[in-house]
Amino acid sequence: MLLANILVAGLLTGAVYALMALGLSVIFGVIRIVNFAHGEMMVLGMFGAWALNRFLHLDPLWAMPLVAAALFLAGYALQRGLINRFVARPEHMQFLLMLAIAIMLTSAMLMGFGPDARNVQLDYAFDSYDLGGLLVDKVRVLAAGGAVAGAALLWAFFRFARTGKAIRACADNYLGAQVVGLDVKRLYAITFGIGAACVGAAGSLMLLLVDVHPYLATDYTLLAFIIVIVGGLGSLGGALLGGLLIGLSEALSGFFIDPSMKSMFSYGLLILVLLVRPQGLLGRRL
Amino acid sequence: MRAPFSSLFAGRPRRAPAALALFVAAMAAMPLVAGDYLLSVLILVLFAAYLAQAWNIMMGFAGLLSIGHALYIGIGAYASAALFVHYGTSPWIGMLAGVTIAALAGAAIGALSFRFKVGGVYFALLTIAFAEFTRILADHFGWIGASSGLFLPVANRATSDVWHLRGAPVMFYYLLLAAVLALLALGRLLLGRRIGYYWQAIREDEEAAKALGIDVFRCKLAAVTLSAGLTAVAGVFHAFYYNNLYPETIFAIGRSVELMLPAIIGGLGTLFGPILGAFLLTGLSEALTNATADWGIDGLKQLLYGLVLAIVVVLRPDGIWPWIAARLGLGAAPHPPASRVPPSARERSEGALPQGQP
Amino acid sequence: MGKETSRRLSRRAFGRGAAAAGALVAAPALLRWRAGAAEPVKIGVLLPRSGFLALIGQACQRGCDIAVPVLKDMGYAVELMNADTESSPDVARTQAEKLIREGAHVIVGAFESGATAAIAQVAEQKGTPCVINIGSEPKITEQGYKFVFRNFPTSPMLVTNGLNRMKSFFETTGTTPKTAVLMHVNDTFGQSMLAGINALAPKIGLPFKIVETIAYDPKTRDLSIEVAKAKAAGAELHMVVTRLNDAILMIREMVKQKYEPMGVISPGSPGMYEGQFLKTLGKYADYCVSNVPWINPKQEMSQTLEKAFHKAYPDQDFDLNIGFSFEGIQICADAAKRAGSNAPQALVEALKATHIEKRVMIGGPIRFAANGQNPDQVSAAVQNRGGKPLVVLPPDSAAEKPVFPVPGWQQRT
Repeated sequence: MLLANILVAGLLTGAVYALMALGLSVIFGVIRIVNFAHGEMMVLGMFGAWALNRFLHLDPLWAMPLVAAALFLAGYALQRGLINRFVARPEHMQFLLMLAIAIMLTSAMLMGFGPDARNVQLDYAFDSYDLGGLLVDKVRVLAAGGAVAGAALLWAFFRFARTGKAIRACADNYLGAQVVGLDVKRLYAITFGIGAACVGAAGSLMLLLVDVHPYLATDYTLLAFIIVIVGGLGSLGGALLGGLLIGLSEALSGFFIDPSMKSMFSYGLLILVLLVRPQGLLGRRL
Repeated sequence: MRAPFSSLFAGRPRRAPAALALFVAAMAAMPLVAGDYLLSVLILVLFAAYLAQAWNIMMGFAGLLSIGHALYIGIGAYASAALFVHYGTSPWIGMLAGVTIAALAGAAIGALSFRFKVGGVYFALLTIAFAEFTRILADHFGWIGASSGLFLPVANRATSDVWHLRGAPVMFYYLLLAAVLALLALGRLLLGRRIGYYWQAIREDEEAAKALGIDVFRCKLAAVTLSAGLTAVAGVFHAFYYNNLYPETIFAIGRSVELMLPAIIGGLGTLFGPILGAFLLTGLSEALTNATADWGIDGLKQLLYGLVLAIVVVLRPDGIWPWIAARLGLGAAPHPPASRVPPSARERSEGALPQGQP
Repeated sequence: MGKETSRRLSRRAFGRGAAAAGALVAAPALLRWRAGAAEPVKIGVLLPRSGFLALIGQACQRGCDIAVPVLKDMGYAVELMNADTESSPDVARTQAEKLIREGAHVIVGAFESGATAAIAQVAEQKGTPCVINIGSEPKITEQGYKFVFRNFPTSPMLVTNGLNRMKSFFETTGTTPKTAVLMHVNDTFGQSMLAGINALAPKIGLPFKIVETIAYDPKTRDLSIEVAKAKAAGAELHMVVTRLNDAILMIREMVKQKYEPMGVISPGSPGMYEGQFLKTLGKYADYCVSNVPWINPKQEMSQTLEKAFHKAYPDQDFDLNIGFSFEGIQICADAAKRAGSNAPQALVEALKATHIEKRVMIGGPIRFAANGQNPDQVSAAVQNRGGKPLVVLPPDSAAEKPVFPVPGWQQRT
């Protein structure tokens, strides 16, 4: 029963990780920019949801679409104005640019929100369902539900919407997309916006689980990378699977070995996947 | 395919060596005029310059992006410090151990990656993963103090014991200066040799290099091993200069990132770029600290630092040294690796890819 | 005196402004200090005001800033020169060099072990006195330094005092648990506390058996597994060594998982007495006990300080970070006044002879042993009650009677 509790908690947390990683996966899968400011963008989303709760008393679950929309716009503008000219440049320059953006975001958040850890007060924050001895945390269920809904929406967009299909075409065959007259710049900006929206939505949900402070970001950036690489960069299903797997791996290694070593096993998993199956579990053949 | 640095002395034989001699003389004379504070800042500069040069061998010469070099600093630091603390072993012998272990670690990571064809961004992430993995492992390794840290008995500043690296900051200053110059010479030597040309060929186009019959695997492995071993040397100096080590800070990803910056800002693949970058970035950081200190806005310094980084990478993507060198007549107009997309890295990713400016 | 203090105090800008002014006049001042004691002592303050430890660093800075006007009313002249260590030992080292070059007569810092070790080393090399306001790494005062003084307990002292206080806590409440689970953060501080607990528990005659020890990563995002493990151990007492964010995560999980030990007690760590913890967890924060050095609510000095502090920072916590930072500055000011000079050797001699009765923290007068450590620190038992951390032991400083075992999570209103 203890093990069951731990597994459920791990899977539910994994679902939120997955939504966060989806954003990274989308951006890399299409634009091939490695977004090293990913964690910072999520922390920004968390602060956004916090501010909406603080001043408008919005539940983070309702704040989620608003934060996602705001981050979409910010992401769109960022790609259009700055990142786009780095698309064809080598990785180390993209890395430096994203790093500079990350440093600026973190310090701006420190200046704007202060160093305190902020959280939202919710009347259901401490509730849990008791399913015959199996304790399921209400907040985690809600967050995981939000994450699955976000992922489903994203999947539907890429599958059915015109723009979504165009973006996929872009990702599959860049030259081809240009030849048939797609506005690649715009599509890239939309893609980056979508990635940012995902991570913003994930930030709103994450605020239910952890308190936000400006220096939270680096760990989440790394975590997102682990998840998408394990699952398969550019694959939506892969990001979901990766998130759940990491959630499980943290739970099991924490339970059986030593909780303070659990992220070591995540890195171990990453190394293993990179060496054995570098395209990731659900990624296409490189 | 000769990069600008190798033409440094070829193009204008008089001016460049003279400038170098002037630089060395100025640096050697520095402790005579500099106060303790300036000296400690210069030591930071030399640390940064040395590390960036060592990293540059991998990335700048051979095009292998490592974001996990803190791993090798940590290995060098911990190996020498633990031997010193437990057995009183001289850090120079400890350095041998540290360099050997770091080089082996680098070789192992490289061999695994290249054997399994992990390249580009994936290789970079792999280096991060190994560094982070080791950090957490070190947190649980009692012999080196685990997460409570490893402390070296602190030096008495009256005596400078070079054999045991116990002494005043000025001793570390000269040791580091010597290391930086030695690495500069090594870089120059390597680039003039066959291996240097092979590296650059691989950096520009791995497939083409392979087609030319270059043993790509061995060349890349050599770059990683050399870079890792050299990085560990700085780790030894770090341990004996700071006298306390924590896995949390020595293996930190932030350190790996920081040490890359001087090379990129200064000019990737150039010989003087990392040194110039170290001066500029350390100076910038100190200047910003001083400038913003009176306003008391915490975080403002970092914001401005990030802004400057962004501006430099937008305006001078190839780094500052090639641009300055061209203006001062110290080298030919640069066309370093950055000016176009390395196809090798691109092709690692699936499908047809963006190949030009959209 | 309290009122005057409050009125004259502007805000945090005061200390900073003074520091800036100090820097400007530093050069001529250097020539003058030889002349006599009229010159205010220049104190270089090094704290992690940005970076990972920004929260605590900024709190400590408030404690130092408020000391300037409060001490001025007591007839001490001090000037602060502030520097940000950015939560990095490397930066701390350079900044210490810089402050000393700019004329700091004594340096105070630095909260984090690595940074504290770094500045202590610089101080020793430069022959500038250094007073550690907060920093528990024992090795710093075991190095044979001559210029380094510490007014904060080392981690073995924290553990010894904490465990002894726990013992008397159980004696006072009349209930002693038989088993305990120990959950601790796996960082420098957590590990040295753990080592201390393991070594000292048998000596002190710890009344309970530790059935399980659970370590977790300091940057943990989630403690559900750790808490589930602790709950499964089925111990009566939940003993913790935490930082702030993990303490919040931990209690939240305990409530959700309906884990109801007899109480949650820390033998000496931050987290559970901090304002953020109390605010975030509300009624669930109540009854948690921290055995830590604490501000003595019955001392006149601490009442004066508290008034001035709340006037200047109405929304900020008045806790041990403030108390120890204030005392750090107070110690320097007192030494400079007695020395009648700001010369390093005179300051060191005066620091060695420190004997401050009018202090803020609970415990005997501030004094320093030959190794520079204040050996007389006391830990109070601080229990959260009605959203406030209140001293419950020792009895002569207590504001409230201790409660143990504590009410269950669901029985609170």
